[in-house]
Amino acid sequence: MSLKRTPLYDAHLKHTGKIIDFGGWELPVQYEGIIKEHHMVREKAGLFDVSHMGEFEVTGPHAEEFLQYLVTNDIKNMQDKQIVYTFMCYPDGGVVDDLLVYKYDTDNYLLVVNASNLEKDLEWIEQNVITGVKVNNVSDQFALIAIQGPLAQDILQKIADIDLTTIKQFWFNPAVELSGVECLVSRTGYTGEDGFEIYLKPEKALFIWDEIMRVGGEDITPAGLGARDTLRFEAKLPLYGQEIDKDITPLEAGFGFAVRLNKDDFIGKDVLLKQKNSKLQRTLVEFEMLGKGIPRSHYEIEKDGKKIGWVTSGAHSPTLNKNMGLALINSEFNNPGDIIDIVIRNKRVKAILTKSSFYKRKAKKEKKAIMEG
Amino acid sequence: MQTPSDLRYTQNHEWVRVEDDKVFFGITDYAQYNLGDIVFVEIPEIDAEVTMEESIAVIESVKAVSEVFSPVSGTILEANEDLEDSPELINEAPYENWIGVISLDNGEELEDLLSADEYIAFCADLDE
Repeated sequence: MSLKRTPLYDAHLKHTGKIIDFGGWELPVQYEGIIKEHHMVREKAGLFDVSHMGEFEVTGPHAEEFLQYLVTNDIKNMQDKQIVYTFMCYPDGGVVDDLLVYKYDTDNYLLVVNASNLEKDLEWIEQNVITGVKVNNVSDQFALIAIQGPLAQDILQKIADIDLTTIKQFWFNPAVELSGVECLVSRTGYTGEDGFEIYLKPEKALFIWDEIMRVGGEDITPAGLGARDTLRFEAKLPLYGQEIDKDITPLEAGFGFAVRLNKDDFIGKDVLLKQKNSKLQRTLVEFEMLGKGIPRSHYEIEKDGKKIGWVTSGAHSPTLNKNMGLALINSEFNNPGDIIDIVIRNKRVKAILTKSSFYKRKAKKEKKAIMEG
Repeated sequence: MQTPSDLRYTQNHEWVRVEDDKVFFGITDYAQYNLGDIVFVEIPEIDAEVTMEESIAVIESVKAVSEVFSPVSGTILEANEDLEDSPELINEAPYENWIGVISLDNGEELEDLLSADEYIAFCADLDE
């Protein structure tokens, strides 16, 4: 099978991106360097090509009812132009995928899913679809560009025809003109920073990419998949296949805020409800390395010589400048402050369980002023 | 890519500088570039007796874990502790920041190593 290219492939070559095979897509893991790109997104702005993501349109008079049954979050509660982060679960509570649902209106939605799960998701949705609902895979009709970082709004505003402050976090506007090109713009992202995701026609993607780079000047850098992963990790955002998976429920992973157990029936509800009402067997925890070494996904975790779980994601955090990780462990060992062993190349290296030690964006100055005023 | 002509190289992307009966080694410019930002180095264990091509150190970049293989057989005499606190030194100057020093027990092993020209040709093949 030949590798797929996004409409922005030429931009990656122009910026000397180091191209890798990412689940069948030729995408840049980095341009100048992962750590440099990471810091730019935390301090100024970064531009990402995420056109590989999948988009499905779900439309029809029963679309709302169907989505309410398909996903774990509350779709009926959504306003037009609002977005929710949610899960699709199997009947056993395991995760099919995590996704964003964009609501145009009661009968029209856009689902944004992980590229690596696209075909599986589509199959799952089609298996469960009800009459009065149409599902369309429209992934090829969209390029997707993410601009992320504290300066993202200032930069994008220079080419936008509307006041971007009118788009609040997890809301979108389907008709924003950027340098004369109509785009759907949402205030969303996967970095822990403020920023936008821009959905547009593939043939306009290179033009808009260049426009943003031009008006961003020294304040923006193209950023690759490597920085995308370190940024999402630091902000404790889950990655499918690591923090969440077909064998891990959203509750175990600590994302209960996107699971509305008090709404009508939905796929996986029985098991999740039972899990919530009894004690969770496993819990996603944070830890920091005390000894030398970097925890990596799937490394085993021991307590007093007994295996208690595994690392889901781990890295050297560029912003916090320490080696840290997320792990799924038996809940009985979830005591922040306790010492655990990470098995790194057959050696046991000490780590400490922590709480709320991951990166959190500081509130904006304006927001603070309002709160203090 | 820099490949100094006065050094010898391995197919595992280590460079070697021989001073009397001591062998200084590190990883090449090609290797550090391809690894990307290096964030952790597990340095060799001093006094360990090692054989040629045995794994003796680990280099971790943001995305990958890579082993460093002993370019010759001998005893580890020194390890560069600076790399524990500043692993990025390898990215900045791969040929100045040696990883370790090994005693040269068998000089004939040096004949198995590549010259700069041979190493450049070897890397060019890999990139094709």
